[in-house]
Amino acid sequence: MKFEKNKRGVVWAGILGLALVFCMTGLCLAGELDVFTGEKQVLRISGGTAHIPVMKAAAQKIIGFNPDIQIIIAGGGSGAGIKQVGEGLVDIGNSGRQATDAEVAKYGLKMVKWAIDGVAAVTHPQNPVKSLSSMQLQDIFSGKITSWKDVGGKEAPINVYTRDAASGTRSVFWEKALKKADITEKANVVVSNGAMKTALSNDPYSIGYVSVGFIDQGVAALVLDGVTPSMASVKSGEYTVARGLFSNTKGEAQGLAKKFMEYLLGPDGRALVLDKGFIPVN
Amino acid sequence: MGMKDFFLKSLFLGACLLSAGIALGILGFMVVLAYPLFAQGLFWDMLITPWSPGQGLFGVGPMITGTLCIASLAVGVSVPISFGVACFVGILHPGGKGRILKFVVEAMTSVPTVIYGFVGIFLMVPLVRELFSGGSGMCILSAGMMLGLLISPTMILFFAQSFTLVPQNHLDAADALGANTVQKFFYIVLPCAWKSMVTGLVLSFGRAMGDTLIALMIGGNAAAFPESVLDPARTLTAHIALIIAADFDSIEFKTLFVCGISLYAMTGIGVVLARGLGQRGRA
Repeated sequence: MKFEKNKRGVVWAGILGLALVFCMTGLCLAGELDVFTGEKQVLRISGGTAHIPVMKAAAQKIIGFNPDIQIIIAGGGSGAGIKQVGEGLVDIGNSGRQATDAEVAKYGLKMVKWAIDGVAAVTHPQNPVKSLSSMQLQDIFSGKITSWKDVGGKEAPINVYTRDAASGTRSVFWEKALKKADITEKANVVVSNGAMKTALSNDPYSIGYVSVGFIDQGVAALVLDGVTPSMASVKSGEYTVARGLFSNTKGEAQGLAKKFMEYLLGPDGRALVLDKGFIPVN
Repeated sequence: MGMKDFFLKSLFLGACLLSAGIALGILGFMVVLAYPLFAQGLFWDMLITPWSPGQGLFGVGPMITGTLCIASLAVGVSVPISFGVACFVGILHPGGKGRILKFVVEAMTSVPTVIYGFVGIFLMVPLVRELFSGGSGMCILSAGMMLGLLISPTMILFFAQSFTLVPQNHLDAADALGANTVQKFFYIVLPCAWKSMVTGLVLSFGRAMGDTLIALMIGGNAAAFPESVLDPARTLTAHIALIIAADFDSIEFKTLFVCGISLYAMTGIGVVLARGLGQRGRA
């Protein structure tokens, strides 16, 4: 029982971080949002940090249409999302990886894949190194190559940034880009896609990885084995370090969570997904 | 009278028992949850072995080292600053300039930790990186200095407070003997204030060890044993924050209780030491 309380405290701390309440009446909007008429509940969402921009955009539209609905969005990482939805602490748990068979069996999760996202190795925009081979990337992350000079850059140490254990972005990058090679223990650890971008854009000698949807002028995506990570190359399958973005519910989604998921998969939701730099599924 | 006495006594006793009970209860809770590790004989190894989940190593040795390094550096940075400011505020300029400075220090205690972390990321980290171009700037030095700044208001106020506890008749006697300000300070004020200054020091050290956000934001969080102050390091508290989202059944998660017990033990030892030192100083 004590254990339960402990967990709940953590979850609440996370949720507080991103409580969104937008108050405006969007009477002009109609159509897909009609299903939200008359709803008054609170919808809790947590988990994968790559999902957050899309979740926030969808929440803004929905709350703009019906200000009585509250949507609370928290991060925490894919592991946290799966765990929290499984424990019934949130209505929707996002993950940037498929829930494992054990997780699905334990919690009775229902997964919905609504977007495809690439994970790109990124560095500071002023770094002269613009492309790497898989081998070089593995050696950098494992700590074998420690100077930018060894990969054609300046004489400066390479500062490796990685994500925490609960990160789905990390597990995909590790599996598909690093081919499950070790990540050096000397790597700096940050806790979200957003924090990674901030850290990288402030450090001229950095290397890390973010979801393709998060790439902007602040960071430069590295060309990997001759392929530029972008929405187009992820979509065509040419860039292989990609994964699905999932939203999980415990059992079939019901009530507001169901409507939210349907909205996300509908034309409006797909437009939002596209707008935030991800590829909507079918 | 009797009734009131009894009521007050039981109220205070109750408060004592409750706080002591909670403190012990937390320790018991952590020990119970870490019991599987004790039973497998892993607990003591974990205190010194490295963290390398890829190789099946889940030691929190690097985190204990990181915590001690960052907290010690913070106290090291903070003590001279706090001592100087406290002397200025408490002894050299008790009114006027000192009052204003003291007001500023008091205001500093209410700045949230996250603000310090934020300032650290955008000011301290780039500065350290450029001055000692060798790392990411997220390192023990940055975190220690920022944490030193964070704990110094508490320390300053404690030091200044302890200076005011010096009995006035001692000072008058010293004046009568013709002592100057410096002599009074070293022979009267310091010996009298010593004990509560140590208490302030220990409380600040405890705060430095217990702080999560600064280390998490600007300490770099690398789970390797740090080799210099320019290496990134992960504290026990940051480790807890990073691992808490891992699977509850995993061994990673169980190590959290090892971290908790270590932190508890470290602050406990600090308090006992301070008690000892304080007693001796008084004698």
